[in-house]
Amino acid sequence: MTMSDAVFNIEKDVPADAVVEVRGICKKYGEVEALRNIDLDFPRGKLTTLLGPSGCGKTTLLKIIAGLIEPSAGEVRVNGRPVTGPGPERAFVFQDFALMPWATVMRNVAFGLELKGMGKAERQSIAAKYIAEVGLSGFEDKYPHELSGGMRQRVGLARAFAVNAEVLLLDEPFSAVDEQNRRKFQEDLLRLVEKERKTFIFVTHSIEEAVYVSDRIVLLSRRPGRVSQIIEPKIDRTASPDAIRRDQGYLDTVEEIWQGLKHYVD
Amino acid sequence: MTLFGYRVPMMASLIVWCILWELVGQSGAMFLVPPLSSVLAAAVTMVQTQTWQAAALITLHSFVVGMAFAIVVGVTLGVLMGRFKAVDDLFGIWVNIFVSAPLSALVPVLMILFGMGETTVVVTVFLFAVWIIVLDTRAGIRHVPNSLIEMGRSYGASTFALYSKIVLLAALPEILAGIRLGLVRGVKGVVIGQLLVSIIGYGELFELYSRSFDMENFWALTIILFAAAMLMSAAIEHIEKKVDYYAGVR
Repeated sequence: MTMSDAVFNIEKDVPADAVVEVRGICKKYGEVEALRNIDLDFPRGKLTTLLGPSGCGKTTLLKIIAGLIEPSAGEVRVNGRPVTGPGPERAFVFQDFALMPWATVMRNVAFGLELKGMGKAERQSIAAKYIAEVGLSGFEDKYPHELSGGMRQRVGLARAFAVNAEVLLLDEPFSAVDEQNRRKFQEDLLRLVEKERKTFIFVTHSIEEAVYVSDRIVLLSRRPGRVSQIIEPKIDRTASPDAIRRDQGYLDTVEEIWQGLKHYVD
Repeated sequence: MTLFGYRVPMMASLIVWCILWELVGQSGAMFLVPPLSSVLAAAVTMVQTQTWQAAALITLHSFVVGMAFAIVVGVTLGVLMGRFKAVDDLFGIWVNIFVSAPLSALVPVLMILFGMGETTVVVTVFLFAVWIIVLDTRAGIRHVPNSLIEMGRSYGASTFALYSKIVLLAALPEILAGIRLGLVRGVKGVVIGQLLVSIIGYGELFELYSRSFDMENFWALTIILFAAAMLMSAAIEHIEKKVDYYAGVR
């Protein structure tokens, strides 16, 4: 951490320390153009949200960054190295959780480490730490079908944290979680963002959610997806969650984004 | 089930049919149907004979070898068809033809190819069992959620780990259902193979007893075979239920 800080201080004129750089990404599915010429930087240690109407290709872009989908043109670089496929410096949290139903919470959380060939005792102690971190202590031996939707996504989040990747890619992680749990979950996520100091790239279609959790919001336009606007909400994060949700800056930003997106919705 | 307000135990219907069989047998109305009690007595004596034990062993051996091939080939082909469109296009039509084809008609041809011995019976078991295993495995693989595969890839699973730790386990309920149905068809295959080749094992005994109208032994043989097939099927079903418990909820 101190190394990169030092480097950052020396090269003051470099605008931002971008972990993930997206350059000229285009994606076509046959005749359908999903993404057109996307150029984006994702600054280190920040939570950046990709927000847009459904069908704007935000999940596609996230999966291209993850190396799960090949772009038709353009390049993604992580720490300066071009992405050719999935890599250990990126971890993915799935919209439908993608938990193995035959495996316990413990095995699911430790699965990324298991695939890396880490020994059982070591990976379980790391997994136990993150299970506690997401608030699932005592559920280690439960199976996914014994958990609620919100708890299942906590497992997915713990699995992503456990592999200690620099960049966490979250694909609409709360969309299958009910409203009350989602609020609690968003607050927990903010706490984890603060604690883990990783770079988060977050996909959502909820304006409130985006404004509440993000340092930076990238608005994508409808198909073909292009970057239409980048917003940095000025919100005092030290305030209580309820205060933030009533904060004038928060409400103004939500309104501003809604005005920008409104014409896409008919 | 309750009848006139009384709880009827589970196996009651079986007992009703057994009593009916015994009555028809005792009445002597049909010589093809001897009383159940004498059939069971014949079964007890029969299983102690050298002839039966040798026949059962040969039959079991052909069955196990044929099934082993059917499971290995069936699951492999099913996985390939489920994952790769080219393989699916290449084999799909044949699998669908063979799964419903009257395979008994092919056994004489197999006899020409593989001779009058055990090989023909093994091939018959294989041909009877393999197609349904292919189809069920393919269906299971198709149902594996794409996000589970993406999860494996994004956390760096090798191709081997992806299949052994994720894909096969996710498709296990369907694969087991295929194997269970394959087992039942394999039992048919082993008897039909031996009957048509008609010189070894259970088929030879069937032929012997039915030709000499030795109905007690004929029925005893049939009951033992049915019981064995049902037991195997029930055993797999038991495993299936356990697996469903973990993997069915997805």
